Amino acid sequence: MAECSELIKELANKYGRERSSLLPILQGVVERQNFLSDTCMTDIAKELDLSAAQVFGTATFYSFLDTEPRGKFVIRVCKTITCDMHGKKTIIQTLEDMLKIKVGETTPNKKFTLLETNCLGWCHEGPAMLINEIPFSGLTTEKIHDIISDYITK
Amino acid sequence: MANKVNLTIDGINVAVDEGKTILEAARSLNIHIPTLCYHEDLCVAGNCRVCVVEQEKVKTLPASCAMPVSEGMVIHTNSMKVRLARKHIVELLLSEHNADCTKCYKNGNCELQGLASQMLTGDHMFLDLVPDKKYTIDMFNSAIIKDDSRCIRCQRCVRTCEELQSVSALGVAHKGDKMKISTFFEHSLLEVVCTNCGQCVNRCPTGALIERNYIDQVWDAIYDPNKHVVVQTAPAVRIALGEALGMPSGKIVTGRMVAALKRLGFNAVLDTDFTADLTIIEEGHELLTRLKKALVDKDPSIALPMATSCSPGWIKFIEHTFPEFLPNLSTCKSPQQMFGALAKTYYAQKRKLDPKNIVSVSIMPCTAKKFEANRPEMRSSGYKDVDFVLTTRELGIMIKQAGLEFEALPEEKFDSFMGVSSGAAVIFGSTGGVMEAALRTAYEIVTGREVPFDGLNITPVRGTEGEVREASVLIERTVPAWNFLEGVELKCVVANGLAHAKTVMQNVRDGKANYHFIEIMACPGGCLGGGGQPIPTNPEIRAKRKEAIYAEDMGMSIRKSHENPEVAALYTEFLEKPLGHKSHELLHTHYTPRKRY
Amino acid sequence: MSDQSLKRVDLIFGEYSNVKYKILADTLARTNDAILKDILDSGLRGRGGAGFPTAMKWKYTAETTSEEKYVICNADEGEPGTFKDREILLRVPRKVFSGMAICGKVIGSKKGYMYLRGEYRFMLNDLNRELDIYHEHAKKLGFDFTIEIRLGSGAYICGEESALFESMEGGRGEPRNKPPYPTTSGFMKKPTVINNVETFVNVMMIMRLGPDQYKKLGTTDSRGSKVFSVSGDTPIPGIYELELGMPLDRFVDEFGDGDTKAVQVGGASGFCVPRKKFKDTVIGFEGVPTGGSMMIFNSSRSMYNVLHNYLEFFQEESCGQCTPCRVGCQQLLKGIVAVKKGEKKAAYLDQLMKLSESMKITAKCGLGQSVANSFSSIVNNFKEEMIY
Repeated sequence: MAECSELIKELANKYGRERSSLLPILQGVVERQNFLSDTCMTDIAKELDLSAAQVFGTATFYSFLDTEPRGKFVIRVCKTITCDMHGKKTIIQTLEDMLKIKVGETTPNKKFTLLETNCLGWCHEGPAMLINEIPFSGLTTEKIHDIISDYITK
Repeated sequence: MANKVNLTIDGINVAVDEGKTILEAARSLNIHIPTLCYHEDLCVAGNCRVCVVEQEKVKTLPASCAMPVSEGMVIHTNSMKVRLARKHIVELLLSEHNADCTKCYKNGNCELQGLASQMLTGDHMFLDLVPDKKYTIDMFNSAIIKDDSRCIRCQRCVRTCEELQSVSALGVAHKGDKMKISTFFEHSLLEVVCTNCGQCVNRCPTGALIERNYIDQVWDAIYDPNKHVVVQTAPAVRIALGEALGMPSGKIVTGRMVAALKRLGFNAVLDTDFTADLTIIEEGHELLTRLKKALVDKDPSIALPMATSCSPGWIKFIEHTFPEFLPNLSTCKSPQQMFGALAKTYYAQKRKLDPKNIVSVSIMPCTAKKFEANRPEMRSSGYKDVDFVLTTRELGIMIKQAGLEFEALPEEKFDSFMGVSSGAAVIFGSTGGVMEAALRTAYEIVTGREVPFDGLNITPVRGTEGEVREASVLIERTVPAWNFLEGVELKCVVANGLAHAKTVMQNVRDGKANYHFIEIMACPGGCLGGGGQPIPTNPEIRAKRKEAIYAEDMGMSIRKSHENPEVAALYTEFLEKPLGHKSHELLHTHYTPRKRY
Repeated sequence: MSDQSLKRVDLIFGEYSNVKYKILADTLARTNDAILKDILDSGLRGRGGAGFPTAMKWKYTAETTSEEKYVICNADEGEPGTFKDREILLRVPRKVFSGMAICGKVIGSKKGYMYLRGEYRFMLNDLNRELDIYHEHAKKLGFDFTIEIRLGSGAYICGEESALFESMEGGRGEPRNKPPYPTTSGFMKKPTVINNVETFVNVMMIMRLGPDQYKKLGTTDSRGSKVFSVSGDTPIPGIYELELGMPLDRFVDEFGDGDTKAVQVGGASGFCVPRKKFKDTVIGFEGVPTGGSMMIFNSSRSMYNVLHNYLEFFQEESCGQCTPCRVGCQQLLKGIVAVKKGEKKAAYLDQLMKLSESMKITAKCGLGQSVANSFSSIVNNFKEEMIY
């Protein structure tokens, strides 16, 4: 991916080429490309004079730095206790039905990826989820229908 | 002088230097605290937690490897709390570990097994987690096998690869229960920047990282009546093999090793040292030729500084990391590969053997040699020049398998020919040795006199661990043929461990250093600290091996490579002259740029 | 609320002044010693959960001679059941930035960072706009202290201070060995003060009220007010600023749904208090400490499910480097499942209790050490639910 090395140069120019710039660069790539590809990580390693295994090791530590292809919209449903108590399972079921995928999968049109995640910090309004960085809380089946219908056209 | 700190360990008062750890303080009292992730060569990780101790007035049990001593500390290393905690920790490690020990190459040599037997962990306190894990084994590499099911995640390998070697082919990936030691994207070691140096193998406490062993193949060859099996032994094997067979470190066991190899049934027990001397002749002439072309002929295509090429870990490192400097590498093959090429040509002719019936085995302190022998370019005899490479450890196993009482063996001599060598060849096994050997010869070629150092000991180039050693030799009163070198200060640098090699090459690249000749050994201390050497290897053991190597050199009747009579005969009978046509065919090679990531 | 048994406080979220950054300006005019003395006198202890005296942290860092020092605001709020930092940052970011700036002045640092959890990225743009305003004011005041926001990326352990430094340095968020402590070797191995979002706001409260007035809130061991995140089986979930040192039964009276069986105080790494102990439990450093998470469970909930959920959380969120935490969490989880399924005898729970005790004393960092809190308090108090 030629665009990948350009993007990385751009990000490195912005954040620097120190080791401490690694996380912002990885985040920047995920923001643009939804995940970190093999070539992207080697490009980052080159740019920051790190080993590829070091970049891979750092990336895989963070659950938001995906190293597998993801859809344009990554849905992360909170699975921690209060969201679980307030109907997370139904929410997952609704999403699986609407998107016709299971947790961990991406729709064939690469639009949506459905994942579970740990506490999002919306325990008082659970169940909650993120779509990319946008939080949605107080979820019900109806609300999910509205939200996903909205995103499908985005 | 450091301030002293007073503390009490198991009721004994002790004063140790400020900054020391509890573990170090305990060791000074001969109190043994078990460890797993700790290694003298590496930074402290404090992650296995096996070394926890009880500190009075503190609720948690500190890891003794990571906790510095403080005034008035009262430590218990064997309290009830400590014993249960340690047992829990070892049990936890075992629950994640594929503990079918009898199927493991490290059976009997495993630190986890040792702790388990010490703690009597027979009752399987916890549930077996192994079935839940999707462990994989990477067995694609010719040198090193990585078996995740045996990994206890102590990260010694990761620290080795990063701190000592600056390679970081191995890293830690994922987190929580999925955390594992991984290469980039979990590719095979074959596909990543691994140099096969085997330092990780040498430090792995379990069977997670092991050399690919060729013991059975070698036995098969020995038992095959149609095969003529020649074996060569590297310089650093003879000063370490004893350790693998219960002897103290630093023992010179050359004669016993030869005797053992003969009893194992090798048809000819020969010496890599012979081709080490040959390497010096070829490489010395190559250096002088490069200097002449650069200084006299002003040939801009000549790459200087010239770097040694004996260490296959270093070769793979430079191919990956500094491919732009490949022309700077001496084109000389390593002594192992020179030997292999000659074994199936010169030796075969002289002994009237069909090379296809020769099986060429080498005993090396090294795992990278296994990879080197498998390089496609290493077939200049028309056959695979070296068929099987065994590490010092593997030879130790074979000797045990054969039931030989190693210490009781008589001292025997190498077979001839290709068995005679000089002290200059022996010191190839230590950092700075190739440099010293080359200088002993090159200086004499250029000036007609011996190097101006007492007893031929060029101590300024004798490398030290953990540093890049620079030295220079002033060339004066040359013989007429080399008068263009009159007054030249030959600038040399010696480095061991790839992290230091990287520093040297960066300095060369950035124009910060101006050398003529670079010696690099991939492993700490040189081959004596090689990845294929007996376990454990640590700074103290390496120091003893180094002493032994230089003692062996001093004890040799021939000290200079160019005085090796068998090498001289090789030139008259076969090669004709250094850097001649045959040499180029058999003894020189080329290198392959590889991807940096 | 008509019930006055719990004193509601409105200091964290309340307006201090109509003039932006007035308290900061006033404080910058004071001496460092005077500021430190006020914080010391106030008895302020860190609001992240561990409760280290804030003044001491600042003092130790101030005393170091390093040219470079850092102030870090830990906004990696990841403890299940906690969402107060999000609310503070949404509503009163200025107070946080002011608190950080005061710290910068006291310790002699020119650079502050806020480590914001990736889950809160949606706030980033607003916070950066607020930061621009802060920087304008700092410039006007002639005060050289800049603040930058760094994002996390979904790793609970990065809330552990040394893991946070590792993360900011571009590595895996693996906790370091301690000592050295952040006051001498923190971010970039330089002396660093790292405090929770709420702690910095508390500093602002102290600067505004003075230590004597601040001290009137709370108890001897737990001064001041605390922002609580209330969730679970409650008709009124949300954020509440309450005095520290309250008895749990009064809390349950006010927030419970009338059928409260247990309260998990301090999140997954905190303690589960069963109904019979509500009366004797004080919320604060003298009793059950909390970073603010209060999760309420009524009698319809299975405490086995609660524990299972927590253990799954820990198993995933452990950094994985140290044995007791990495493998211990897996064993505890697999162990309770085996007991529940009848594959292991109930007595195996005792074995697991001992294991959790070992984890508590041998794990490298607070995460592994605190798994035993919820494990032992749930298993001890709800043993039947674990077995049947």
